[in-house]
Amino acid sequence: MTYIKPRFRHPELPKNKIGYAKADYEGAISTLCAGCGHDSISGAIVQACYELSIEPHRLAKLSGIGCSSKTPTYFLSNSHGFNTVHGRMPSIATGAYLANRELIYLGVSGDGDSASIGMGQFVHAVRRNVNMVYIVMNNGCYGLTKGQHSATADLGAQSKTGSVNPFPSIDLVGLALELGATFVGRSFSGDKTQLVPLIKAAMSHPGFALLDVISPCVTFNNQSKSTKSYDYVRAHLEATATIDFVPHKEEIRVDYHPGHSASVELHDGSVIQLHKLAPHWDPTDRNSAVTRLQESKIKGEILTGLLYIDPESQGLHDLEQTVPQALNTLQEEDLNPGAKLLDEINESFR
Amino acid sequence: MEQLNAVNDFVVRFANVNGTGSASANNMFAKAIFRMGIPMSPKNIFPSNIQGLPTWYEVRISEKGYLGRREGIDLMVCVNPQSMAEDVASVKPGGYFLYDNTKKLHPQFIREDIHYIGIPMTDMVMHQYSDPRQRQLFKNVVYVGALSALLDIEFEVLAGIIRDQFKKKEKLIAPNIKALELGLHFIHKHYDYPLDIRLERRDSVKDSILIDGNTACALGAIYGGATVAAWYPITPSTSVVSAFGKYVSKLRIDPETGKRKFAIVQAEDELAAMGVVIGATWNGARSFTATSGPGVSLMSEFLGLAYFAEIPAVLINVQRGGPSTGMPTRTQQPDILSSAYASHGDTKHILLFPSTPAECFELTASAFDLADRFQTPILVMSDLDLGMNEHMSPPLAWDDSRRYDRGKVLSAEELEKLERFGRYLDVDGDGICYRTIPGTHPTKGSYFTRGTSKDEYAKYTENGDAYVRNVDRLARKWETAKQAVPPPELYQSENRNAYGIIFFGTTTYAALEAMDLLREKGVELDAMRIRSFPFNETVLQFIEQHEKVFVIEQNRDAQMRSLLVNELEVAPKQLIPILNYDGKPIPADTIEQQIAKTFNSETRKDDLHKAQVPAS
Ligand SMILES: Cc1ncc(C[n+]2csc(CCOP(=O)(O)OP(=O)(O)O)c2C)c(N)n1
Ligand code: SF4
Ligand SMILES: [Mg+2]
Repeated sequence: MTYIKPRFRHPELPKNKIGYAKADYEGAISTLCAGCGHDSISGAIVQACYELSIEPHRLAKLSGIGCSSKTPTYFLSNSHGFNTVHGRMPSIATGAYLANRELIYLGVSGDGDSASIGMGQFVHAVRRNVNMVYIVMNNGCYGLTKGQHSATADLGAQSKTGSVNPFPSIDLVGLALELGATFVGRSFSGDKTQLVPLIKAAMSHPGFALLDVISPCVTFNNQSKSTKSYDYVRAHLEATATIDFVPHKEEIRVDYHPGHSASVELHDGSVIQLHKLAPHWDPTDRNSAVTRLQESKIKGEILTGLLYIDPESQGLHDLEQTVPQALNTLQEEDLNPGAKLLDEINESFR
Repeated sequence: MEQLNAVNDFVVRFANVNGTGSASANNMFAKAIFRMGIPMSPKNIFPSNIQGLPTWYEVRISEKGYLGRREGIDLMVCVNPQSMAEDVASVKPGGYFLYDNTKKLHPQFIREDIHYIGIPMTDMVMHQYSDPRQRQLFKNVVYVGALSALLDIEFEVLAGIIRDQFKKKEKLIAPNIKALELGLHFIHKHYDYPLDIRLERRDSVKDSILIDGNTACALGAIYGGATVAAWYPITPSTSVVSAFGKYVSKLRIDPETGKRKFAIVQAEDELAAMGVVIGATWNGARSFTATSGPGVSLMSEFLGLAYFAEIPAVLINVQRGGPSTGMPTRTQQPDILSSAYASHGDTKHILLFPSTPAECFELTASAFDLADRFQTPILVMSDLDLGMNEHMSPPLAWDDSRRYDRGKVLSAEELEKLERFGRYLDVDGDGICYRTIPGTHPTKGSYFTRGTSKDEYAKYTENGDAYVRNVDRLARKWETAKQAVPPPELYQSENRNAYGIIFFGTTTYAALEAMDLLREKGVELDAMRIRSFPFNETVLQFIEQHEKVFVIEQNRDAQMRSLLVNELEVAPKQLIPILNYDGKPIPADTIEQQIAKTFNSETRKDDLHKAQVPAS
């Protein structure tokens, strides 16, 4: 059953630059378990889109299959959505983006969806630098099929039924860095202050932007020996930096501390302001990101925040040298060479 | 010794080692015959290997225009010691065996009933050329030169082909022509020529072209307006996308900026290839993939999604021998059922069956219209024989007044006027609903596409009634499609005989020839060529109007016959399978013999005449 929210709005609700209230970015009422981390991420998406004044119809939301992949129903009801099949959203997103480079593509996936069945597609979307935001709602288990370990479950983590995971985990963030991803971040569903600016920065990035968001499953993976429970995650969080996203043409108000601060300017003129919490890390240096990630892993920390960004990133369309207009707007005159040319082609086969 | 005495009616087979550059020399031979106005049909028989294994090229020359395969080799050109025993054995009594006699032929290869023509090809090129690669390449050209004398191929036609081929590498023209002359002069000096099989110029080719089906499909995709191609390499479909790439990089480049009006994705696998296609068409572009059996198996899940979520897609299935990896470089029609019903649940797909390159072009271009109109995958069912071999075909045709049919897509203005948009609401009873493309209107027309069950307004539902309404509407859409897909071709204005014959795709050439052979024996058949699935009324009528119908196909299990029985509820006994599945294109004699056998065992000839429907 899908619940539709009442559309009554208080006339004095605050509006963003294009005149939309936050409610205009919401979706149907969630049918996920109360307290599920995924719902908080949906909330952060709504907040980020509201703050960025995105026109909802200029964004397409795509997902695979899983509790996480259901969430696009719960935000941005004025956007087209595509709930694809398990693990295959990256290819659909690639095709959609190739057809129309002008929309914003927001992909939502789960750790099962991305790190197991869809690993192949995930890896190749990273490699092709498809211009999209790719959020993995990572709970270390298969929520929708009732709590089996996923490939991101930590070695030794115990599931609700008591089975201990004997395999090392796949770290999507480390993998993406290795693959040459141009934007890599990690966050926690319970940390909106960090997550909202990260989503905003990811949306402004011209290329594949991975956000691995730890998102506890309250029903199947929130017990004491889980390493993806609210308590465990909170106790082990460590951030690269505090982050502030300043959209294009807005005044930068953050205090700047030399040595501790860094700012990265994006293609569209917006700026990511970072207050660094570790001195030896530079967000535009892939090696320093890899090193920083390794350090935290050894210490048993969950490193969050923006880890790496390539400000020179070029999306797949630029790599493929396609025309600037959306391919889906090309008309027959552009596409069909006509009968006369076909005669010439025929002649070449005689 | 037997005399063959044939003008413009014989088969030449070349036995080569793959990777030695023989293909271009063999093509030159075929093209020369074509340019002499004589119908002919070349076929590659090649291994799944890049270098070093036997490969054959067979050219059937037929004054009467029969383009199917014919058993029996009249002239064997053997430049492959590995396959020599097999090659000697395959020559017809009275036929010719042309070979490289630089090394003496082993006595085991000597037959009393065939002629031997030895040419010291290796020696000749050793003396003439110094570069080892050139020696290998020109050895092939030498035997073409020899054939020109033996079979009466006009030398100037061969020279013309070389000049065309090396327009951009003029330096290569002279040494190629030199190699031709070496072969020609050798025959002049040492043998009687021409042979008792030979060529004579005709005017039977008319405006035909010589083209492979994959190139024609690629051009069909370009003319059909495809902008996104996604694929994963697999024989025999690979050349569809390579040809697409070759032509779009000439035809679809913005002249001012050099930017591309297309995108080609070599995906990580066929799953992803199909996903890219669905993503692109969902978003309003025209998009296609090309693959073969193993790829279709991988694409099944997505084909089901496209069927159920109603998203257009075009898939060119260039079939090859199955099951599994099967015979990857041999031809069959083994994916009829797995394509028609690809994916789980009550899923069916529209199939198109081209039988010539011209039809590959036409049906691929129309597939995009059908996909948009019916918002569903369309599978163009080619095969290795059609796709990878060159065929003499009517020219590709396009009418400039023809417009793309983009189907029911709502524009922003139409949405503006609409009270409430229902993505899966059948407003006019044909089972086809209006769709919207993302980004069209700020507040109207957005919906959630999903592979799960949904109501008319695209809302997720597990309500049984809503589910039934939806799948019943899909069945209604299927009924509508029956009227829109290409109808079968009937070869008589009226069905007059008791027995009929059904064929499709590449069995067509051989079937038409077999009908002529049978007619000579007094057996008349009505014929129908199926061009699409779902089957429409005409297909059913044809079967109903005949006592028995032969169904010709290239797979073990008579899959088309099963599909006919299943979909039309005709009596299985009424349909007699005529099958060929050894990986080689079906020859006319096979059809003729199998049908003749059935006649002998089932019906005495007199009965058959009695059973004939009187002409009215
Ligand atoms: C091909 C296929 N296999 C299996 C399933 C069943 N299935 C649905 S969701 C899911 C796992 C989802 O896990 P995850 O992506 O982590 O999402 P979560 O529910 O944890 O948010 C599985 C195995 C399916 N839908 N499709
Ligand atoms: S099962 Fe877990 S992941 Fe799924 S909705 Fe419930 S809490 Fe969330
Ligand atoms: Mg999960």
